[in-house]
Amino acid sequence: MSDKLKVNTMSDYFAEGKTPEVLFWVGCAGSFDDRAKKITKAFVKILNSINVDFAVLGQEESCSGDPAKRAGNEFLFQMQAISNIEVLNSYDVKTIVTTCPHCFNTIRNEYPSLGGNYKVYHHTQFLKKLLNDGRLKIKGGSYKGKRITYHDPCYLGRANNEYEAPRELIAKLEAELIEMKRCKSNGLCCGAGGAQMFKDAEKGNKEVNIERTEDVKETNTEVVATGCPFCNTMLTDGAKTIEEERKISVMDISELIAKAQDL
Amino acid sequence: MSFLPNIIFFIVLTTSIGYFISNVIKLRRNINLGIDLDIDVSKDSKKRWANMAKIALGQSKMVRRPISGALHVIVYIGFIIINIELLEIVIDGLFGTHRIFSFMGGFYGFLIGTFEIFAILVLVSVSIFWIRRNIIKLKRFYEDSMKGWPKLDADLILYFEIILMSLFLLMNTTDASFQQMNTGNIVSGYIYPFFENYSANTLHLLERSFWWMHIVGILIFLNYLYFSKHLHILLAFPNTFYASLEEKGKMSNLKSVTNEVNLMLNEMGSNPTETIDDNINEVAKFGASDVSDLNWLQLLNSYSCTECGRCTSVCPANITGKKLSPRKIMMMTRDRLEEVGKNIDSNKGVLVDDGKKLIDDYITREEIWACTSCNACVEECPISIDPMSIILEMRRYLVMEEASAPSELNNMMSNIENNGAPWPYNQMDRLNWND
Repeated sequence: MSDKLKVNTMSDYFAEGKTPEVLFWVGCAGSFDDRAKKITKAFVKILNSINVDFAVLGQEESCSGDPAKRAGNEFLFQMQAISNIEVLNSYDVKTIVTTCPHCFNTIRNEYPSLGGNYKVYHHTQFLKKLLNDGRLKIKGGSYKGKRITYHDPCYLGRANNEYEAPRELIAKLEAELIEMKRCKSNGLCCGAGGAQMFKDAEKGNKEVNIERTEDVKETNTEVVATGCPFCNTMLTDGAKTIEEERKISVMDISELIAKAQDL
Repeated sequence: MSFLPNIIFFIVLTTSIGYFISNVIKLRRNINLGIDLDIDVSKDSKKRWANMAKIALGQSKMVRRPISGALHVIVYIGFIIINIELLEIVIDGLFGTHRIFSFMGGFYGFLIGTFEIFAILVLVSVSIFWIRRNIIKLKRFYEDSMKGWPKLDADLILYFEIILMSLFLLMNTTDASFQQMNTGNIVSGYIYPFFENYSANTLHLLERSFWWMHIVGILIFLNYLYFSKHLHILLAFPNTFYASLEEKGKMSNLKSVTNEVNLMLNEMGSNPTETIDDNINEVAKFGASDVSDLNWLQLLNSYSCTECGRCTSVCPANITGKKLSPRKIMMMTRDRLEEVGKNIDSNKGVLVDDGKKLIDDYITREEIWACTSCNACVEECPISIDPMSIILEMRRYLVMEEASAPSELNNMMSNIENNGAPWPYNQMDRLNWND
């Protein structure tokens, strides 16, 4: 228990009659998936290191509804969305940050017409904002001069037109960003979106994550950065399947920053 | 007797324009078989006009692929510019004049000269298109759904353009008086020597033949549009105008569902944030199983698609050998819509159930479930078609009307329903990541 991070819940804050600067929406992957939990921790470490006043919903958080909606179950999606909005509004939440582009997209674009209006940030956007505000300092550290490639999550890139925030953060690490042949608006999906994460792929001649991992391999980099727990899983699996001598490590941008700062 | 050509011309012209209009009316009717779309055009009309100017007129998304993009721009500019000449041809045809605008002298020469240069550029570009399709055989032109009519259609369009451009040049070449003017015959002046030895009579006869073949060819091409993927030359404009202005990630929320969910939460004693709207009509059906369940913009999309296959070439499912092809989604939607339209035509204006629908008879479930909703197809389309929205609408039908999602997805959904996560973890453990 010694490495337990300082994390307050909204109800802790509420009990003290306070409101945090931002709500950190952890998401299902960030809460339960072993790999994604590390991303959650890395992001929290960064926030704590510069004393950002944040809280999580904890047991009051529930699935944003994205996979249900993309699978065609609008009922279930709206049940989730409306219940979540009720919780968020009861705490008078104004600003949300999340490490999951799917939660980010859904809360940002699909909650408003159901009564949930918030300023929603993807964690790379939020970190960029902290950087611009002079609150966060990023130094190159262990990634200085290293070759890093970046995989655009579809739900951050094409879906919400955010290609630059993650790249600016990588630049701050003083790493050399090597773009894949398919990047930014031409980026190839990892294969997880649209509820594919939860089912086997249809018959074909290849898995999408292998196709994408081969793009990574072509860049001859050791690190592929991304900003989505699902892309992370898919690329990690892809790297394992390709079984290269040269190990590809799949890292969330928040992990890169936390590691570079020795957090 | 001397008016006979003018009368024939008048009849040919009005008949072909009339037939074209009758097909446009049919097109409108078919598109309006789609359900209403909740967009207020007046609210952001500036943005919409700008999009149309940039994407359709300005071809901004075509040049994402530089080679085919540049060639397309040439053919497109050539097409528009040479159509200016059409005005003169129509006036000449109706009133028996000859090159009525030639009084402009040097400027006329400049115009025709420009047309001639573009005619050559179009001929070259179209030939390269033909080579890409038939010799190089680019992969995106060769999936199963492109066999038969779609392949023939694509080739026919290229042949049409080659023939029309050649006729335009030949018509100018054999026009003795135009050649004597010696202004504007930048290209045809070089072909003229091949015809120099013909008698004046023969030359005139040739010129008249080419003139007639050229205009009749254009009118046939005009009427061919409705039956062809080439409709995009017209529909690209409304298509880019009405295309969604929202973030691509935003999927619409079904209002009818909101109402039911609020009712349900009310019964459960919860206090919904939204009030219940009694004015929402009962929707008989969720999602889409046939074209009439899609909205009119999706149907307009299907008529606008020119089957270039850029969408399919970037689709992660298609790239990895799955059956899904976003282009095929659009082609099948149009085919089914045409079938429904013909059904209505042959049954005195009413649709008689033919026992068929878009799902299963045209688009398989395997295709529908292979989509990763990555938006690559939407991003790629040069005229802002959205194949993904049709796929997701059909998923809604399969899940909410038929409850026939793949079993793994049913597990995922029951997990969300029972414990608020797509995996079987307890909501009470949501903070355990910090243990």
